[in-house]
Amino acid sequence: MSDAILTLEHVDVGFDTDDGSVSAVSDVSLSVAAGEIFGLVGESGCGKTTLAMATMGLLPVSATVSGSVRFQGRELVGLPPEDLRRLRGDRISMVFQDPMTSLDPAFPIGEQIAETITAHRDVQRSHARDRALALLADVGIPEPERRYGDAPHRLSGGMRQRVVIATALANEPALMLADEPTTALDVTIQSQILDLLRDLRQRLRTTIVLITHDLGVIAQLCDRVGVMYAGQLVEIATVSEIFRAPRHPYTQALLAALPTQHQEPGSLRVIPGRVPNLIAPPPGCRFASRCPHVMDVCTIVPPLAHESADHLIACWLSEATREAGRPTGAATGGAA
Amino acid sequence: MSVAIPNVPARTSRRRGILTSRKGRVGFAILLALIAIAAFAPLIAPHDPNAIDAARILAPPDLAHPFGSDALGRDVLSRVIYAYRVSLGVAVGSTLLAFLFGVPLGLYAGYHGGWVDTLIMRPIDMVLALPALLLAVALIAIIGPGSDVALLAIAVIYLPILARVVRSSTLVVASQTYVEAARARGTPSRRIITRHVLPNAIGPAIVQATILMGFALQIEAALSFLGLGAQPPTSSLGVMLADGRDFLTQAPWIEIFPGVAIAITVLAFNFFGDGLRTRLDPRGVAR
Amino acid sequence: MSGQVMVSEEAAPVHPGAPILQVTGLVKHFSTDRGLFGGGAKLHAVDGVDLEIFPGEVLAVVGESGSGKSTLARCILRLIDPTAGRIVFDGQDVLALKGRRLAGFRQQVQPVFQDPFSSIDPRWRVGTSVAEALDAFAIGAKAERRARVLDLLDRVGLDPSLAGRRPHELSGGQRQRVGIAAALAPSPRLIVADEPVSALDVSVQAQVLNLLADLQRDLRLAILFVAHDLAVVEHISHRVAVMYLGKIVETGPTDAVFRDPRHPYTKALLEAIPRPDPDRRMEGSALHGEIPSPIAPPSGCRFRTRCPVAIGRCVTEEPEMTAFGVGHTAACHVARAEQQDDHHRP
Repeated sequence: MSDAILTLEHVDVGFDTDDGSVSAVSDVSLSVAAGEIFGLVGESGCGKTTLAMATMGLLPVSATVSGSVRFQGRELVGLPPEDLRRLRGDRISMVFQDPMTSLDPAFPIGEQIAETITAHRDVQRSHARDRALALLADVGIPEPERRYGDAPHRLSGGMRQRVVIATALANEPALMLADEPTTALDVTIQSQILDLLRDLRQRLRTTIVLITHDLGVIAQLCDRVGVMYAGQLVEIATVSEIFRAPRHPYTQALLAALPTQHQEPGSLRVIPGRVPNLIAPPPGCRFASRCPHVMDVCTIVPPLAHESADHLIACWLSEATREAGRPTGAATGGAA
Repeated sequence: MSVAIPNVPARTSRRRGILTSRKGRVGFAILLALIAIAAFAPLIAPHDPNAIDAARILAPPDLAHPFGSDALGRDVLSRVIYAYRVSLGVAVGSTLLAFLFGVPLGLYAGYHGGWVDTLIMRPIDMVLALPALLLAVALIAIIGPGSDVALLAIAVIYLPILARVVRSSTLVVASQTYVEAARARGTPSRRIITRHVLPNAIGPAIVQATILMGFALQIEAALSFLGLGAQPPTSSLGVMLADGRDFLTQAPWIEIFPGVAIAITVLAFNFFGDGLRTRLDPRGVAR
Repeated sequence: MSGQVMVSEEAAPVHPGAPILQVTGLVKHFSTDRGLFGGGAKLHAVDGVDLEIFPGEVLAVVGESGSGKSTLARCILRLIDPTAGRIVFDGQDVLALKGRRLAGFRQQVQPVFQDPFSSIDPRWRVGTSVAEALDAFAIGAKAERRARVLDLLDRVGLDPSLAGRRPHELSGGQRQRVGIAAALAPSPRLIVADEPVSALDVSVQAQVLNLLADLQRDLRLAILFVAHDLAVVEHISHRVAVMYLGKIVETGPTDAVFRDPRHPYTKALLEAIPRPDPDRRMEGSALHGEIPSPIAPPSGCRFRTRCPVAIGRCVTEEPEMTAFGVGHTAACHVARAEQQDDHHRP
């Protein structure tokens, strides 16, 4: 992973709320290689979106981010807001779940794309327009010339998401963060958008970080995947490894909970208990209270360690984690 | 773009006292004091508000008469206290009256929609279209002046406002799934309205009514100032303002203190209303 | 395939006995309000739907947004009145019911909704919400109702002590259980569940699906399960009806429809499921274009504008339901022609 485009090291994110500080992301380290599609999967509240927002510097002021986020070798944590703004929509872009709210309802779609270009590049309006038209064609909008002046509400949900993706691609970003980009769409439209993302990666070599709760989407699109639970990153592996040989008990439980026709109705495997309150999370592994293999040592945070070259796991059941945990022992702290 | 704050079981965040905001607490404290003054006027007022003292005509404030005396030598402090009692009574009474009739009207119009909505809301919209003060003056012209008529007139002005507020929040609540679920479960519509819709839709109307109460005091003062409200010997803040205006340059205290009383009241109701809003009217306020 | 089934217009019933619910020719048009000028257009949300549910079975209605599946559910629940058609429940004409008889129907047909956050009143205590139907129908004395509520909470896997809590103290999965308990309260025979698990996380979804399956088996409930997630449908339902643009295009036993889909739309829908299996990657999307506007649905077969195998006849003639197996029917000219070819081949 020498050609990493994005590297997170020991990232912690906390939110100040009226009820106390929420440890939303705890000690997450990962790196994304140039040109790959990296999936970040987990259930709601696991911190996957927060992590992406932290990367983009888009968290509200009530959030405190610590650790290191390096993008193309440049440290983003602590960067002045203006510098971050210049990166966003240019080198890094983002696609959100709801295509309706990520487009300005009062603005023609073509101009929204053109504006993204002129905001970052010193180009003529006519040039920006041509580029916007090319992008609309690129993402599969039929008759871009005619559609250019349309307001977002004149487009269907799938078409709007294509426009959002076109906007994200406007300045040929090195990295695109897509947060549940297909969750609001119907399956047949979802498969079209997944196809589009696959095709764009092929043609433009854009690195994509895909955030989703849908293991099916991960399986269909990603090269590697990180699994998050309650703010902790518990496992990273290639997609085929994760589905064929999941190692972390949470990953195993999550996959087992997927409904299939092979199981008798009523016999789906469930995960007992519930997600811990992140205001005062239990020390150590946050999955411990629901884990069938829980041990005494689980009150200490298990370090994420290499099981093999491209399979990392943070669980005391793993030899690699025990190995990595030995020298420092209990020193690695949990919540900030 | 919004960031969902991750998994925090919202245990305490909704069940908060009404007075979480400092503004709300300040408003509430002032209101309590003002209500106490109005309620216990006879105990608080240092003098008889109607006692004429020829020796103290237009006398400036001193220790015994901190607000000074008026053109007939009457104690301004005592008169403000008694007048305040009348004004506040009219303000609160009129708003409550409007609330009592406006809320059910808005509720039924919003819940049933269709022709029920048209039947209720068209006349209300017509009242709303008339200038408020003109409406009050016209009403008083028909019935005759007096503080009870002023109360009624303000209620007529306020009813459409409150009905509209309730109607719009009812529309929101009525479209919630739990209302649909209640219908599908077989709950009779009377019960749906009283148990589901009313409790969930009334919040904004309470906030609005609180703020309106403050302004009702102003309207009452304006009507009385014009001689259309409280009639002598009953005094109200508006009557006092009217009485004092001829002596504005010689004895400004006659004018200032009733004015200050109005301003403080409006402010207190506004503060309190804002405080209530965070609790009762979640629209626009982060949950 | 040949000789396996007789081609007939009538679908052979899978179930002996009478259906608990029978819907015939159901139509629901909404008029779109165009304001002062222009009369407004008609939105064909449901356009001639026939279906039957038998006691103790789970019938899934699947389709994408705009298919009319939720409108169908709302008509069956008598939340909206259909434009035309008949709904018969237990021998009674549901659309003609009024007063006490309507209440009796409501008692036997209860809803479960999608969003666990908006489907229970935020101000009501959990126990009150669960007891809502009991209170509405005045079932049992107060103490009996109270006991029943605690019993129901226990039945859906919630601690009965939660009865005094308010919804905001509960998680999404717990709230959905409350919704289910409330639906079970008056001992219904049919539950109409509109996307009951689609707002839930995978692990919670599994719990709720297990619960629904257990209840269905133990109480011999009939469930009309409206959903868009085919993996969920495949897991829980006995029969499936696939809807597209207001019509049912294919229906049959779940196994038959999933293993041997006959309508090109069903095929495309099944191919589009993102399978959680990286070895079964689906390159190239199954369907192009998007669902047409239900205000002006295409002539003939409604799916023809996106159909990969459409023929000239699809433009002019609306396909009829054809049987492809026991209880398995689909409405497609092409599939029917193939079937006939097979059948007539010596």
